[in-house]
Amino acid sequence: MTKILVVDDSNSIRDMVSFTLKSAGFETAEAKDGLEGLNKAKTGRYDLVISDVNMPNMDGITLCQELRKLPSFKFTPILMLTTESSDQMKMRGKAAGATGWLVKPFNPEKLLATIKRVVR
Amino acid sequence: MDIQALAKDIPAEGEYSLEGIDFITSGKQYLTFLLGDEQYAVDILCVEEIRSWEQPTVIPNAPKYVKGVINMRGIIVPIIDLRLKFKVCQAIYNEFTVVIVLTVEIDEHSRTIGFVVDAVSDVLNAEDNEIKKSPYFGGCVPQTYIDGLINVGAKVVTLLNVETLQLIEKHKVD
Amino acid sequence: MSVDLSQFVPSFLEESFEGLELMESSLLNLDAGDNETIHSIFRAAHSIKGGAGTFGFNNVTEFTHLVETLLDEIRDGRRDITPKDTELLLVAVDCMRLLIEAARDDADYDEDKVSETTRLLELTLAMTRPSSDSEMVNIEQDSKTPAGKTWHITFIPEHHLVQTGNDPLLLFNALADLGELSLKAKTDLVPPIAEMDATELYISWELSLISEASEADIREVFEWVEDECTLEIVGTEVSPEPVGSSGGSDTAKTSASELSISSGASANAVQSPEKSDKNKTKSKQDAGSIRVGVDKVDSLINLMGELVITQSMLSELGNDFEISKLEKLKSGLDQLLQNTKELQESVMKIRMLPISFAFNRFPRLVHDLSIKTGKEMNLIIRGEQTELDKTVMEQIGDPLVHLVRNAVDHGIESSDIRLANGKPKSGTITLDAYHQGGNIIIEISDDGGGINREAVLNKAIEKGLVDSNATLSDSQVFDLLFEPGFSTAKEISDISGRGVGMDVVKRNIQSLGGRIQVESEPGKGSKFKVNLPLTLAILDGQLVRVGTEVYIIPLITIVESLQAKPEFINKVSGDMTLYRLREDNVPVIPIYQLFDLPADTKDVNNALLVVVEADGQKVGLMVDDLLAQQQVVIKSLKDNYQQVEGISGATILGDGSVAMIIDVPGMIEMAIERAHEKQNEHSLDGALV
Repeated sequence: MTKILVVDDSNSIRDMVSFTLKSAGFETAEAKDGLEGLNKAKTGRYDLVISDVNMPNMDGITLCQELRKLPSFKFTPILMLTTESSDQMKMRGKAAGATGWLVKPFNPEKLLATIKRVVR
Repeated sequence: MDIQALAKDIPAEGEYSLEGIDFITSGKQYLTFLLGDEQYAVDILCVEEIRSWEQPTVIPNAPKYVKGVINMRGIIVPIIDLRLKFKVCQAIYNEFTVVIVLTVEIDEHSRTIGFVVDAVSDVLNAEDNEIKKSPYFGGCVPQTYIDGLINVGAKVVTLLNVETLQLIEKHKVD
Repeated sequence: MSVDLSQFVPSFLEESFEGLELMESSLLNLDAGDNETIHSIFRAAHSIKGGAGTFGFNNVTEFTHLVETLLDEIRDGRRDITPKDTELLLVAVDCMRLLIEAARDDADYDEDKVSETTRLLELTLAMTRPSSDSEMVNIEQDSKTPAGKTWHITFIPEHHLVQTGNDPLLLFNALADLGELSLKAKTDLVPPIAEMDATELYISWELSLISEASEADIREVFEWVEDECTLEIVGTEVSPEPVGSSGGSDTAKTSASELSISSGASANAVQSPEKSDKNKTKSKQDAGSIRVGVDKVDSLINLMGELVITQSMLSELGNDFEISKLEKLKSGLDQLLQNTKELQESVMKIRMLPISFAFNRFPRLVHDLSIKTGKEMNLIIRGEQTELDKTVMEQIGDPLVHLVRNAVDHGIESSDIRLANGKPKSGTITLDAYHQGGNIIIEISDDGGGINREAVLNKAIEKGLVDSNATLSDSQVFDLLFEPGFSTAKEISDISGRGVGMDVVKRNIQSLGGRIQVESEPGKGSKFKVNLPLTLAILDGQLVRVGTEVYIIPLITIVESLQAKPEFINKVSGDMTLYRLREDNVPVIPIYQLFDLPADTKDVNNALLVVVEADGQKVGLMVDDLLAQQQVVIKSLKDNYQQVEGISGATILGDGSVAMIIDVPGMIEMAIERAHEKQNEHSLDGALV
């Protein structure tokens, strides 16, 4: 079963992403900020991490950097969920080790189609 | 007619018992009752319950025919004496006096009112074409309450309109 | 497969309103250089914008984008926040609230306010930013090729591509969704196994895709790996707009903006047909909801458990009951009483929320009023955790706002006057809430100039509300403020007037079963005390007997009960009986007369009087007997009958019988009407003679 970790400080966004993924047959886990996300990652095994960028306690970019330091997450796909699609954003993400990005506003069909690039 | 036996025939809330009622496919069923010697009837689907008379709690300054309110399973139900409202006969309160509780839905709001009558008679089945227009000259029951007349053998039963019965005018001295 | 997200709208709305409150209170308390707060304000706006976009609330998204941009500049240090900016942001928060409410209710909003604020935001932003964000730029989407094309794709990934988490095979899977895909791998660069690094990729591919998709669509699949590969896409037909070849930043940008446009567009297409329906049904079905702490629910579950135990114990006792088991039965019934009491308290608590929900609009209100009136002002809030019923709280909001505005407008003096009187320059308004008995007391006090007793009295005499000879206590004079028609043109200012008078405030409070009192000291300030029952459905009542009937008098209205001593009884104006209660002359109302009932007591001498108060007026209700005091559940007479004069509702007593609850203000009005009718009769008699 493919397991996806969803990290976002907005309850509704987190719920919606999780719901969308679950209805497509994925198993999900959630965290409300980067720190919680990192802690969950340390004790779990995930096939994909989807994380918001702007969060309290630890933002998405830092989370990505920290995850890449963990042996089990060296090559795990990490997608940044962001409303900005600027080059600057992409570069920051890539520099932190992100696999790719997803742009908000969040479209469930698009989300599912896009994550196919990194999970089965 | 034994009221209790009759009451058992009428399905209580939630119970759908078909025993004892002729299941005829067309026409509607009416509960007939007596006010003095006169026979009246109401749509049986609106009958929630038949209770024996008990002294209700008085409502201050209410018209004479509004006897008060009772507690029916936690609901406050007003009791209206039809014999006084229609002034058809004397109102006596004894062990045979019966209260017919009707529930009607008007505009998404349902109203439950109990009407005091002399006795409950029978369940009557009548098709729509059996309901004749009621001539109106004289008679104390206002036309608005009457849906029509039904002939039962040699007798006449006055069919009352439940919706208008439910409309209680503001406190007015009748 | 389409995913229906409409179920998430309510939680998004709830979150957004909370976010707006956070933004507002943060802005009000913002200290210069407080970066953490700025970040949290930014995040709140950012969340709202993102969520709004998802549900197609475009007005909200567009407007919030401006707010977010401004906040972004501030948090990045590209702009220092000025008080003017703070004010603008506060107004922007108001606009966001209006827009979200309009989106929720599918209703109109104040477009002028929003466009004006938009203009100001754009103006403010224009002062530092030479060009606006590219996000909202509309780029024509590549039109899909009408017929299928064969695309030849050369994909040469860089060796470390998989280390980013990307997997070429999965990319090809995604590509295969666009049409028919065939591919050929080129392995000539693959080193021998001994030298192979498992984390490096040496394979490249030639792919062939037959698809109706556009080149942009195909590039999109590779968007994350653009910079880590060489990508060539060639179609068999010449495409109208040659997009260029491998991953350069130009193409990346175009693709990205197209990506955002296309995702935006399809999001709209997916959401908007549902939007109007779901918003409409939402407003019909939304009967309101309450957030209940888990602890309250757990307590409820525990109590239910205890009730079940008591019930089975009693049931067992009942099975073969003998008189010897009577004591056990009694203690079982006591236990039942205890259980139901606790259960009742617990259930009532569920509807209870802290009054902070009602109080939290006041910091902003006082802040705005302070600016508007030019008076410096402080707001102190106490007891905001005091709980009360949700419905009571919703209805007490407006009256409280009026009282606070009143305190600001008429209570607090201007800074000059305050200084001249040796008072601190800033006026202080205090809101306090606490429990007392079965009620909640809310106090609104100010340290202003107090109420001018003389002025009020004169105004009342002028308006014919009192007799010029009447001697009134201070509290009676202040109560005159609540008389309808009392406010003058001078007082109906923009702030506290416009149709909402003190009489409406009082009426609202009374309709909740409460009352309001005023205390004031000239030069020192005033205090408005609002007394409310904790819940609307239950009443503490005093049972009384009149003849054979039992009535219930709300305890909150009762001042005292006494036996009327003949020496204090006076008859005046022919018919009115007054009882001298210390300083007051209290009119006696014989309930049996008003309600036309038989009664034991018809003579006031030595009769039992229950002195009640309503509308600042005391009356003595004459009853035959005082029975128990108990809590009663209020049932409406209006459901199946109608409003009855003098009666506020009914209840079911322990014996199953129905008892009427007396509406004290209503009863007083009835008495007054009867008196007037009698007067008219008498004057007619006089005329006839």
